[in-house]
Amino acid sequence: MAVRVQTEDFDVGAEIRRLRESQPGVGAVAAFVGVVRDLNEGEGVASMTLEHYPGMTERALEQIEHRARSRWNVAEILVIHRVGELQPTDQIVLVVVTSRHRGEAFAACEFVMDYLKTEAPFWKKELTPEGSRWVDAREADDAARSRWEQGA
Amino acid sequence: MNLQVLYFAALRERVGRASERVDVPAGVATVGELRAWLVARGEPWASAFAETLRLRAAVDQAMARDDTALAEGAEVAFFPPVTGG
Repeated sequence: MAVRVQTEDFDVGAEIRRLRESQPGVGAVAAFVGVVRDLNEGEGVASMTLEHYPGMTERALEQIEHRARSRWNVAEILVIHRVGELQPTDQIVLVVVTSRHRGEAFAACEFVMDYLKTEAPFWKKELTPEGSRWVDAREADDAARSRWEQGA
Repeated sequence: MNLQVLYFAALRERVGRASERVDVPAGVATVGELRAWLVARGEPWASAFAETLRLRAAVDQAMARDDTALAEGAEVAFFPPVTGG
């Protein structure tokens, strides 16, 4: 069980090394890194501020991890999500899943991201040349999560 | 019944505050009833809630629905759809 919400950046290599320590049964590591784009919905993004709901955020991420574990036989799941002000190319989120074989790691990693996007209480506000604006939730994210609810 | 109400993101900006403590009358027993009671207080709540599409809520830090029941001292949060990741 490892969920972290932090302002600091993270080192993907170091996190994966730590996760694999004393885990000789692990044969697969799947990782997803979300980063800040410099363009969203046709407008340039100069910077972004990530707000969250302290307390609920951690609970929501732990619930998502728990759900993933009840579905796939995985060794470790790590979720790190940054908050505060971020610039284009900055890393926002890291999900790492380790397992015996790759199928479980790939699937659980995507599952965690799809649920994080729709259930973890984070909100992005972008600063563009036109001013600042809250990012709208995307229907595609709801659809991505729904796939997992159809007994896939 | 005393409740702690929290607002996040665009809704927080529209209401003009991040939290408030409210003492609601009998008859306000669910999330939906609390929202209606806040809106009935007038501005800024009326416009803030009207302008926030697909409003979501949480009770004691778990996602909730309009019919979720409230208990004395509950923490109730209102916010727009989440956009992390």
